[in-house]
Amino acid sequence: MRQTLIAIVENKPGVLNRVASLFRRRNFNIDSLNVGRTEDPNVSRMTIVVDSNQADARKVEANLYKLVNVIDVQDVTGQEAILRELALIKVSASPEKRGEVLSLVNIFRAEVVDVKADAMIVQLTADESRVDSLIELLRPVGILEIVRTGHVAMMRGTDPGKRYARWADEDEEEYFVNGRHYAGD
Amino acid sequence: MSEIKTGAEIMWECLVREGVKVVFGYPGGAIMPAYDAMLDFDIHHVLVRHEQGATHMADGYARATGKVGVAIATSGPGATNLVTGLATAMMDSVPIVCITGQVPITAIGGDAFQETDVTGVTMPITKHNYLVTSADEVARVVREAFHIARSGRPGPVLIDICKNAQIDKTEFIYPEKINLPGYRPPRRAPKKDLEQAAKLIAQSERPVILAGQGVLQSGAMRELREFAEKTQTPVAMTLLGLGGLPASHPLSLGMMGMHGEAYCNNAIQGSDLLLAFGMRFDDRVTGNLRTYAPRARKIHVEIDPSEVHKNVHVDAPLLGDLRTVLGDLTPIVDPMDHEEWLDKIAEWRNDTEKRDIMAWPDDGLLYASHVVRDLWESTSGNAIVTTDVGQHQMWTAQYYHMEQPFRWITSGGAGTMGFGLPSAIGAWFAHPDKQIWAIVGDGGFQMTQAELATAVQEGANVNIAILNNGYLGMVRQWQEFFFEKRYSGVKMLSPDFVKLADAYGIPARRITKREEVADAVAYANSISGPVLLEFVVEMEEAVFPMVPAGADLDDMLRRPVRRQSGD
Ligand SMILES: Cc1ncc(C[n+]2csc(CCOP(=O)(O)OP(=O)(O)O)c2C)c(N)n1
Ligand SMILES: [Mg+2]
Repeated sequence: MRQTLIAIVENKPGVLNRVASLFRRRNFNIDSLNVGRTEDPNVSRMTIVVDSNQADARKVEANLYKLVNVIDVQDVTGQEAILRELALIKVSASPEKRGEVLSLVNIFRAEVVDVKADAMIVQLTADESRVDSLIELLRPVGILEIVRTGHVAMMRGTDPGKRYARWADEDEEEYFVNGRHYAGD
Repeated sequence: MSEIKTGAEIMWECLVREGVKVVFGYPGGAIMPAYDAMLDFDIHHVLVRHEQGATHMADGYARATGKVGVAIATSGPGATNLVTGLATAMMDSVPIVCITGQVPITAIGGDAFQETDVTGVTMPITKHNYLVTSADEVARVVREAFHIARSGRPGPVLIDICKNAQIDKTEFIYPEKINLPGYRPPRRAPKKDLEQAAKLIAQSERPVILAGQGVLQSGAMRELREFAEKTQTPVAMTLLGLGGLPASHPLSLGMMGMHGEAYCNNAIQGSDLLLAFGMRFDDRVTGNLRTYAPRARKIHVEIDPSEVHKNVHVDAPLLGDLRTVLGDLTPIVDPMDHEEWLDKIAEWRNDTEKRDIMAWPDDGLLYASHVVRDLWESTSGNAIVTTDVGQHQMWTAQYYHMEQPFRWITSGGAGTMGFGLPSAIGAWFAHPDKQIWAIVGDGGFQMTQAELATAVQEGANVNIAILNNGYLGMVRQWQEFFFEKRYSGVKMLSPDFVKLADAYGIPARRITKREEVADAVAYANSISGPVLLEFVVEMEEAVFPMVPAGADLDDMLRRPVRRQSGD
């Protein structure tokens, strides 16, 4: 099973290296890893998709949290989250096949972002399974290249994703869950 | 008024503010500005003979005090020589800070002379590391490094400082506050979690405490004792947890695991509740995980969330600092007596006593285990003891009974041979007034024996006891037991250790008979400065009991019962 985690990390050199090194060392299998800037210039955000079961998500969280530069980790698997990836799919499109491609593009609300005499590039932003479907349908046309970003994720509303490791704040009433303040249960 | 200082001056200024009085190191091109600036500070530099020795000295210093030990080296080969010591400190969660010089920022990435990607190399074997590329960063980084090394679950931190960052001048502003938004180690366990644990404790009839190094690191010796006494729960200790509860305490079960006594392992296997206090269920203490303590529920008090459920699934994790958590937990548990359970354990213990090495008839031979036992007696069990790794280490764990914490210094998780001598020198700098013994193997000693010269140069009052069995004994034992006695690569020729010591100007003696042991110990203690004793011991003695790797914890090869001949 696959788990999707969000890691909020300090925007410093080498942090990606630390995360990647940790995953290799602990034998966690990364399916995709996406890093980008956020609303705060001091932090970056990673969306990490790992191949593991539930128990392992807990492990991944706890290990990530060991990294000094990791500020917060949330498991958004099975939560109210929006997951999206962007794919560019280059198909060999002789003029007679273009119609077929365009109708698929329409159905998927994808976009054609480039056309040359012998190839066109289709862009789709969607969750992974829709990207998979479009790719399957385009395959007979003749796919030349694919690039996928892997998921980025964001929780809906204002609730965070799941955090596991919890301990109490000094005043006992409040918790830290995975280092983040968290009032009561 | 702000001051303008060089990065190197700032570095030393910050070290002094952290309370550093001694550093263990070895100079070279990329760290020369720091060495130059050092002369103007009240810091004692110990010139080691190999950078690995510096890390082990810093480590020994840290383990003997709980303070941060500091090692320093140049770039490239100087820095890579630190790797074994960093891995050793990492595995055993020892707070050390290692400082390495690096080529100037302008040369980085260009394969300059003695450039090695040290932060890259050490990333998996440090708690955290830094590459400092400008003088402006020095103060903040040193401050953070010490904080990270000693707080939470302690560990080694490496600071790689570019040469330009040492030389350049900048305004020195000491960072009073540390800003590490991602670093908030647990301290207190939530009430709900404590109550759940208390419930499990109330229901238990056969509890056992598993006390690890966390007891020492959080300074929870008194809290452990109070909890154990109130609930009459026997205490098994990990190799690194020894000293957490006095060995002579009636509730002490001594060391658990691969070479733990049978009554200790039997108690663990038979228990219905394990209370793991600052330990991590290493494979050397659990044996086969599938059959480990099969009827026991588990409470795990741990400061590192990633250790919880790692090897063993636990029923009640309590995340926090052990001392704080026990301080909160003990008041909410009821006193208990567990008489039946303690009687059962006493029965197992009697069986072990019959097999004790002290019950062996005197056959005129010198056994390493006897040497350790006699050394313990002759030093009244009061010495700080360091070891290498191997049979002598296990015998020392078994027979040098620790009554106090912070006196037992050994490489557990990494099992680093060559650790004994340098860590003893480090411990001496921490406690120059205490008796210090490095109990080492003929193999391990030769890995770092170059530090003899360091001991002499510093006048370190360390006593070295080499248990010379002519073998890489522990490997030989495994070959004897598990490889049909096919000895492969274990027979070891050694120099004449007494002559070797003589070359360094170190007084030395060779001991071949048991009746000479006490006298030799007295001799060593009568001399200040390093002394070397070579004990020529039986070559093929084995460490018992032994749980073969991966076997069930109670599936032990027991110590044979020896009788007087004709008996
Ligand atoms: C650096 C290092 N290399 C190899 C080993 C594997 N090893 C573990 S115990 C041992 C034998 C140690 O021999 P010695 O120092 O003579 O101690 P003895 O077991 O004989 O007491 C070896 C080779 C190790 N632990 N560390
Ligand atoms: Mg040996």
